[in-house]
Amino acid sequence: MMTQNGFPVVTALIVVPLAAAVALLFMRREWTVRVTTLAVGILECLLSLPLLGYVPDGAAFQFVEKADWLPALGMTYHMGVDGLSLYMILLTALMLPLCVLGSWTYISKRVTEFHVCLLLMTASCIGVFAALDFVLFYVFWEAMLVPMYLLIAVWGGPRRRYASIKFFLYTLAGSTLLLAAIVAFRQVGGTFSIPELMEKSYAFKFQFWAFLAMALAFAIKVPMFPFHTWLPAAHVEAPAAGSVLLAAILLKMGTYGFLRFCLPLTPAAAETFAPLLIAVSIAGIIYGGCIALGQTDIKKLIAYSSVGHMGFVTLGIFLFSVKGVSGAILQMLNHGITTGGLFMMIGLLYERSHSREIADNQGLGKFMPAFMFLFGVFSLSSLAFPGTNSFIGEVLVLIGAFQGNPWVGFAAVPGAMLAAAYMLRLLQRVTWGEPAAYKPSWGDLGLREWVTLAPLGILVFYIGLAPALCIKTIEPSITRVLSAMEAKNTAMGLHKDMSMAERFNLAAPLAVAEAADAVSKEHP
Amino acid sequence: MSIFSLLPELWLLGLVCALFVASISDKKQSVASWLPMAAGLGVLAALFALGERGEFLYAAYKLDGLSQFFKLVIAFGFAVVTGIAAGNKEGKDLTPDYFMLLALSAWGLMLLASCVELITLYLALELSSYSLYALIPLRGKDRRAAEAGIKYILFGAAVTALALFGLSYIIAAKHTTYLSGLAATSWSFADAPMAVIGLTLFLAGFFYKLALFPFHFWCPDVYQGAKNETAAYVATIPKLGAVVVLVRLAAFVAPHLEVTTILAILGAVSMTAGNLAALVQRDLKRLLGFSSVAHAGYVMLGLAAGSAAGMSAAAFYSLAYILMNLAAFYVVCAIAKNDENPSLDDLDGLYKRAPALAMILAVAAFSLVGLPPTAGFAGKLFLLSAAWDQGYHWLVIVAVLNTAISIYYYLGLVRHAYTGESDAPAIVWPRGYLIFGGALAVLVLLLGILPAPMYDLAAQAAGQLHP
Repeated sequence: MMTQNGFPVVTALIVVPLAAAVALLFMRREWTVRVTTLAVGILECLLSLPLLGYVPDGAAFQFVEKADWLPALGMTYHMGVDGLSLYMILLTALMLPLCVLGSWTYISKRVTEFHVCLLLMTASCIGVFAALDFVLFYVFWEAMLVPMYLLIAVWGGPRRRYASIKFFLYTLAGSTLLLAAIVAFRQVGGTFSIPELMEKSYAFKFQFWAFLAMALAFAIKVPMFPFHTWLPAAHVEAPAAGSVLLAAILLKMGTYGFLRFCLPLTPAAAETFAPLLIAVSIAGIIYGGCIALGQTDIKKLIAYSSVGHMGFVTLGIFLFSVKGVSGAILQMLNHGITTGGLFMMIGLLYERSHSREIADNQGLGKFMPAFMFLFGVFSLSSLAFPGTNSFIGEVLVLIGAFQGNPWVGFAAVPGAMLAAAYMLRLLQRVTWGEPAAYKPSWGDLGLREWVTLAPLGILVFYIGLAPALCIKTIEPSITRVLSAMEAKNTAMGLHKDMSMAERFNLAAPLAVAEAADAVSKEHP
Repeated sequence: MSIFSLLPELWLLGLVCALFVASISDKKQSVASWLPMAAGLGVLAALFALGERGEFLYAAYKLDGLSQFFKLVIAFGFAVVTGIAAGNKEGKDLTPDYFMLLALSAWGLMLLASCVELITLYLALELSSYSLYALIPLRGKDRRAAEAGIKYILFGAAVTALALFGLSYIIAAKHTTYLSGLAATSWSFADAPMAVIGLTLFLAGFFYKLALFPFHFWCPDVYQGAKNETAAYVATIPKLGAVVVLVRLAAFVAPHLEVTTILAILGAVSMTAGNLAALVQRDLKRLLGFSSVAHAGYVMLGLAAGSAAGMSAAAFYSLAYILMNLAAFYVVCAIAKNDENPSLDDLDGLYKRAPALAMILAVAAFSLVGLPPTAGFAGKLFLLSAAWDQGYHWLVIVAVLNTAISIYYYLGLVRHAYTGESDAPAIVWPRGYLIFGGALAVLVLLLGILPAPMYDLAAQAAGQLHP
């Protein structure tokens, strides 16, 4: 295997959880299983530290690892990290130990299998974000479904069978056409390698269909309105750790897919569909906010708020401006931290009250001040309060929107206000409402719970107060993607006021010089 | 070229003879103790003969990459089926003659893999079919088994007649029965209308074996009626024989000829019909029966492509198909009570009653869907890319949409096993035989993660047919 830095960081991040998952199957005692998984989680975080050495202005893809997989068909084991995927990988690694800690007492049946599922999820999610071979990406993309399905189906709530099947069918059905697109790209581009495919340019007609096939898969995963219906069901029924993984990592795969594949591979089609996707994103923001406003189930409320937040992410992506896209990536990270934290806290609350209804969890401010403090932090972050992480992301997206087209910006603003309305309503009732079911035995946050939530709480403020560090790391990658996209579209002769029929006649130009340059920098 | 190059066939023939002796001896002893081991040695023999090349019997019998690849797979499948059957201690019908018929059928299929002349090919096919006609009704005094036997033989006789009729047309039009001679001529309808009609009819004989629409009607009924162990055999190994012949025949027709278009259309209809029908099944064996109709359709992707990549994809997929189906049938045999047909509800709570079986079932089901990282996914990817490269875009779209249909019922298996609740007692299944199921599941995963060695073998075999 060829590695860039001597030590295969990304492979280690994938192999360690897989090996641990196999080892767990031979362990008998629950305590050993939990401690082992926790240790693996901490190890995972430590192993991911070298990724912080990512050089923003360096090669397009760093920490590249390459090995033969199936030479006959040109499939390679090809891993690498760039600005788009760096923070997603770090977030995935961080979530593993937190999920283990968060489920320490929550999960009491089939403990071994639960932790095996967590480990498999972590491995495949990191694989999705780091894969630079189209087939490899698809393998991880689909492999993640099985452990997630089991997490919902086995450890979920009363309607878990319905929710898990819906989740599985929806996401798998969406991604079947992605496989057809992968096969088609191989025929047209001659390879499965993503960097090589990015160098090439394709005829508009091909881009059109390929974009649709890929966008369907990604839009369902995000989930974009109107493909979001699986999300509330899955979130409500999943156990706390499942919801956290779902919100923090799984949803990001869809938006990551848009950035990694739709923009660089099918730039002309992305440009053509952008108005539609922007409209759908805004519809998602408003719709998610409105529905969240009417929920009585806390988990459902947060689930619908996710639809709104992810709408901001897709909106930012399809603005095609550096501000918009960096806002989107930041918002992906922020949503993972904030919503992950909120779901974790709801899990802790559920352990105490055995209910997710707002009415059963009212007026806790007096009795559980530490809990409410952190809940308040995450809630404020969720409504993008200045000083918290989400503020930065949302403001960047909104700036991008106003720059591009003020009407788009105006349309998105009510979404931000709705977020304040539903989160403050929730926060107010849970903190100061009339206590309904509180029992003294509930107790405030314990040490384990503090340790679970503190890292996320710190990140909320860290990114909120010093966002420049993140933005600096991701901006060069974004510029690269966007400029390659523009160069390809110009070379193709695409301009804004072309009719659809004219666009369909656009053939693929010869290789685009800038785009090729950007990628050949991969191995300096 | 020596007699040793025929070692896999000879070994299996020896087994047939040994079983024959055991069946006529006075002492009615069980052969289950030594048979899986002996069949396992047959796998080693096939592995040993993998590199053998040569021609026998006036070039009617040929050892090439394709035949040796399929002999290995057939030997492996036979060994696993005997292992599964040996695990069933209650089965009263599992006498030496049962195993003799099984071995005879596998032997016929092994010969079929090497035949490159139409009449020899027909004889080998009948050799494998005749023992199946006798095997299927063997299920105590069960009426369903008798019905299944009659269905199988009636369908089989009709289709065989059709195939022979087609064969006569081919001989009349082309004046040769050697595949190499046939391959050298044109197969477009405009040049040789009679030969194309003849070939289509002749192919029908193999579509029947493969259970391709519209020759699939026997399939669910026979699986349901036959013993679980017999169904495990009928569902897997004879399909290999059909695939190897279809690969040989498809090698001399180019894509987008009339014959290939028929293959593509039958494939598309077969997968859709099979998947839709499987959605409503409750009986596990019927469900797997319809699923195998759908999988026959998937194989057509590679055959219709007609390229070397398509042939190797079809060969690889049939290997993946064998592995995942044997794993599924392994679980079916293991959970069956008193040789009854298990239904979906019998899977409830399998997770608690037999965790290992539940895991094997999950691996098999996800592989049948075509989820990575399993052999089913790798095989499907090869088929799709081969078909897409030859311009069968619509067929690829139909195939991926079919994956979406099929998830529901395959996931149903896993759902019952993992989320169903049941008070049924734990399943007692001899630990020693668990090794077969475990090995199958591991192989399914391994072939999905590292498909390169097997794919290269298949590609090499197909490359010889399709230079």
